[in-house]
Amino acid sequence: MKKPNLQSVLPLLLRYLAILIVLLFTVGPFLWLLSTSLKSADENIFAYPPVLIPQSPTLDNFFRVIDSQPFFTYLSNSALVAALAVALNLLLASLAAYPLARIPFKGRSVLFIVLLSSMMIPFQLLMIPVYELAISLGLQNTYLGLVLPHACTAFGIFFMRQAFLSVPVAIEEAAIMDGVSRLRIWWFVMLPLVKPSLATLAVFSFIAVWGDFLWPLIIIDQPALFTLPLGVNRLASTFSLDWRLVAAGAVFSIVPILLFFTFTQRFFIEGAMKGAVKG
Amino acid sequence: MKTVATSRIVGNPLIPYLFLIPACVVLATFVLYPALKAIYLSFTNFNMIRQAEFVGFANYLNVWRDPFFWAALKNTLLYMVVVVPVLVIAPIFLAALVNKHIPGITFIRAAIYLPVITSLVISGLIWKWVYEEQGILNYVLLASGLTTDPVAFLTDPANALFSVMAVTIWSGMGYYMVIYLAGLQSIPRHLYEVAEVEGVSAWQQMIHITIPLLRPSIVVVTVMSSIAAMKVFEEVYVMTQGGPMDSTKTLVYYLYESAFSEFEMGYASAIGVVLFLLTLVFSLINLRFLREKT
Repeated sequence: MKKPNLQSVLPLLLRYLAILIVLLFTVGPFLWLLSTSLKSADENIFAYPPVLIPQSPTLDNFFRVIDSQPFFTYLSNSALVAALAVALNLLLASLAAYPLARIPFKGRSVLFIVLLSSMMIPFQLLMIPVYELAISLGLQNTYLGLVLPHACTAFGIFFMRQAFLSVPVAIEEAAIMDGVSRLRIWWFVMLPLVKPSLATLAVFSFIAVWGDFLWPLIIIDQPALFTLPLGVNRLASTFSLDWRLVAAGAVFSIVPILLFFTFTQRFFIEGAMKGAVKG
Repeated sequence: MKTVATSRIVGNPLIPYLFLIPACVVLATFVLYPALKAIYLSFTNFNMIRQAEFVGFANYLNVWRDPFFWAALKNTLLYMVVVVPVLVIAPIFLAALVNKHIPGITFIRAAIYLPVITSLVISGLIWKWVYEEQGILNYVLLASGLTTDPVAFLTDPANALFSVMAVTIWSGMGYYMVIYLAGLQSIPRHLYEVAEVEGVSAWQQMIHITIPLLRPSIVVVTVMSSIAAMKVFEEVYVMTQGGPMDSTKTLVYYLYESAFSEFEMGYASAIGVVLFLLTLVFSLINLRFLREKT
């Protein structure tokens, strides 16, 4: 056993020091937010020098937020919309991706190009016609209105196509020889083989829909249908802005996604890696 | 084997289309049709109330003559010029920093990724609080002697845009770090081992091995961060509402304002088409890169 000397430990120490500085930047603001949300009404949140550990930590601000606004409704709205959008995304994307990956058909390359170019269209360009359309379909202030524009993305289709392409053809051919229908092959043979990709697509679309702000902002004006971002925004834009309450509302909306992230972390890393390969 | 598969497909020529219909209906309704409609609206004076009348290129002419549009375009381009290089370069070093199996690394990576999963509205509010005149950041700057007076991060037109940029950088860094982490896995380890033996310094290894071999990831990150910077909205919405004195009014924010505060939908659509053309330029670069790879 070699005794650890300064020369071998120093690079590691420097690395941790650099990491610490980075974490101060990335996590620091969250800690400051948490600290503010736990400070009592008596404590000066503008104290100089600032106090990181609240003098008498309290959950008061959280109760006040829940009393003044239906945050649990926002939470269930966010969860419902995200869950529905994810389910539709997985279903529609994996259905459409299967023939694109495996069954030759007339117009496949044209469709492919149309799909690819639809990825380049920024939502901000579509926003006005989609808004007009949603109004005329009676989708304003409805869950369906929140979900439908997120129900399918060209990115999801490409992502699943890539996954299907990696499944060996032989597995499928055996089923075709046995006379199994394409739909059954898709469901019983292909989907189980691409489960990791489905999971990755699920977490990515979940995060995207969960954090979405612009579309809900436009299509929803009844607080009963607010999602969490709209709710927190409403806290921040009330006449008497109280940073304790904004902080509490923000913490309230971060905790669920943080838990979600803790359990699905590996899919994020995998997903970003796969996404990177495809741009 | 192959012939069996093909013959069945020939027997059921409709099947692939049945698989495609649900997705195509949704995309046609919520992407394709609105895109064409937006282009049409950009040639009208539509305002949600009156019937849209065809006005030719009037909206585009007005965009061309509109000083607010040029200011917004300038802000957006400045945004890209500052944010993109930072988001392309800083995450390379971050990735190199956490690309080592040291104790606590999973937690560290997750902590750096945290801002990515936080919705932009929340991120904007967190930073608005950090940026307060008597806030924590000003305390740190004053206490460390970096400034003598509190900085008006969001209320001084000279600072506001840069303060908002920092939030975009904060929110995006972790994502691009992970892309680079993936890229780093594909660099053969022995290159570093040889460099180590030859006595090449860590910095030189970074410049001569890591960065050149990360080129594909760097291109992807450049395109992705350019498009993201071009579409910046939420940060501006919650932090500055385009102010002070329009100093943070970006293209998308101006588009939103024209459409949903002024209700000049036709004019806003024209801005949207211009934005789309700008995005297209960057997406085409993206496509070219993809073709190079496959």
